[in-house]
Amino acid sequence: MTLARDQVTHVAMLARLGLSDEEVERYRQQLDTILAHVDRLQQVDTSKVAETAQIGGLVNAWREDVRGECLPVEKALANAPKRRRDHFEVGAIQE
Amino acid sequence: MSRETVAELGARLRRGDATPTELAAQARTALESIADLHPVLRYTDALTERQAGRAARILAESPEEAGPLCGIPFAYKDVLCVEGVETSAGSKILEGFIPPYTGTALQRLLDAGAVPVAVTNCDEFAMGSSNENSAFGPVGNPWDPSRVPGGSSGGSAAVVSAGAVPFSLGTDTGGSIRQPASFCGVAGFKPTYGRISRYGLIAFASSLDQIGPFTRSVEDAAHVFTAMAGHDPRDSTSSPAPVEPVAEQLARGVQGMRLGIPREYMAEGLEPGVRSAVEAALAQLEKLGATLVEVSLPSTEAALSTYYIIAPAECSANLARMDGVRFGLHVDRKSLTDTYLETRGQGFGPEVKRRIMLGTYALSSGYYDAYYRQAQKVRTLIAEEFDRAFESVDALVSPTSPIVAFPKGDKSDPLSMYLCDILTLPVNLAGLPGISIPCGLSEGLPVGLQVIGPRLQDARVLRVAHAYEQSTPWHTQMPPPAPAVTGTPS
Repeated sequence: MTLARDQVTHVAMLARLGLSDEEVERYRQQLDTILAHVDRLQQVDTSKVAETAQIGGLVNAWREDVRGECLPVEKALANAPKRRRDHFEVGAIQE
Repeated sequence: MSRETVAELGARLRRGDATPTELAAQARTALESIADLHPVLRYTDALTERQAGRAARILAESPEEAGPLCGIPFAYKDVLCVEGVETSAGSKILEGFIPPYTGTALQRLLDAGAVPVAVTNCDEFAMGSSNENSAFGPVGNPWDPSRVPGGSSGGSAAVVSAGAVPFSLGTDTGGSIRQPASFCGVAGFKPTYGRISRYGLIAFASSLDQIGPFTRSVEDAAHVFTAMAGHDPRDSTSSPAPVEPVAEQLARGVQGMRLGIPREYMAEGLEPGVRSAVEAALAQLEKLGATLVEVSLPSTEAALSTYYIIAPAECSANLARMDGVRFGLHVDRKSLTDTYLETRGQGFGPEVKRRIMLGTYALSSGYYDAYYRQAQKVRTLIAEEFDRAFESVDALVSPTSPIVAFPKGDKSDPLSMYLCDILTLPVNLAGLPGISIPCGLSEGLPVGLQVIGPRLQDARVLRVAHAYEQSTPWHTQMPPPAPAVTGTPS
């Protein structure tokens, strides 16, 4: 298979990764090689196999529906690049 | 350089021959003396002082409460959160991040009186097999500084190998504890998935990640493991099963045990020096009374592909939180989308971007079934093959890595780097415990022996490793002394 440039830019946009033109070309080639390798997965017969959901065999981890400890506002905001009062500041989604 | 183990240092503390503050200061001096290898990203100054004082008080006032780790200095990988101490995951995007809380594994070590001294270098977000993906520069192998220490927990392996600290913490998603342990000639233990809480570990691939120790002996690995293991309500994937007492089982030996040798792990591709060291180790285990049985794990060949779908898929989801809003780098742009694109484009290094791209692709519409779903099915097959093998053998033994430590810059194409982990990553896919212990040298570089056990049989893995270790001299080997620094010309 050959990965097209616009597939790479589409995936980069989905992942919100700003890539330079050189990066797009480099990842196109590298992902192509890696995908050619992982394509051998398609040859494995998995028709009678279920997907792994939890490797430790746990099914559900329940707890009482009660409020526990939580991070105080000042601690939660301590690493925020931009804050406004008690909130994280985010740019407008729509103008 | 020091050969002293946790057990030996503990004995010195209890005799009053040393104080926790002195041991921490010695560790600091030793770490500074290997600064050329660049295994340390930062020191934990205030925390070190505080913990050393606490440990000293426990030893003086209630020595009966002092466990084996009380007063023992250690280093931890730059992906584990401790409140108030910078954790950057080896990445520019988290440079300067100060965790607002302490992770469970670290908290349990602090409660046991262990004394953190330094935060160790690693591949960015624990993605890599050589430590060359750290945004803060590569780490040198104490056995040969021109070679890599392995990865991703390269700094943690190097500081124990060089004798600067008796133990350190790493994390293992596809071999990131066992492979660097193998390359640096120390013990490196990846417990059963879910045996140690991941709360406070910066996530790479949540269904594979596990915290574990680097030590100079298997007995020490058992001590550190025991201090950290057990259910944690803050990690819903942590196992509620009670933790077996390890120490009592350690010395039971391998007499009468059946040990499986996976045929596929001894196939072509092993360096001759690795093969001969591992074959000698197998003969030694036989001499100790174990029965060796060849077993087959036919899906081994598919494990690499399975891993390189599942791990990048999980990483692409986990790293979505690096958005420049709540913490980390923020590159301000007019639109929110451009802010995301620039922040992440500038903040992540090449390997992390590559894996985010690969994972996003595998999860994207139209490819999910062919890649991600199929990989999760093959994962089931891989786990079932291990389970079947464990019906007829008690544990599996193999090389940890097909190769010894390679020169920096030697594996510049991504796929050849990924191939380094073919003997370790199936263990993560199946959620099993595995350890690497030194089993000889090949052309002057350490070779690692891997012992793998069934899920939750961590004690059995340690028992086999301990029996081998105690009957061979390899764990006492130290790297050759660094060449003398040339002085001023006479």
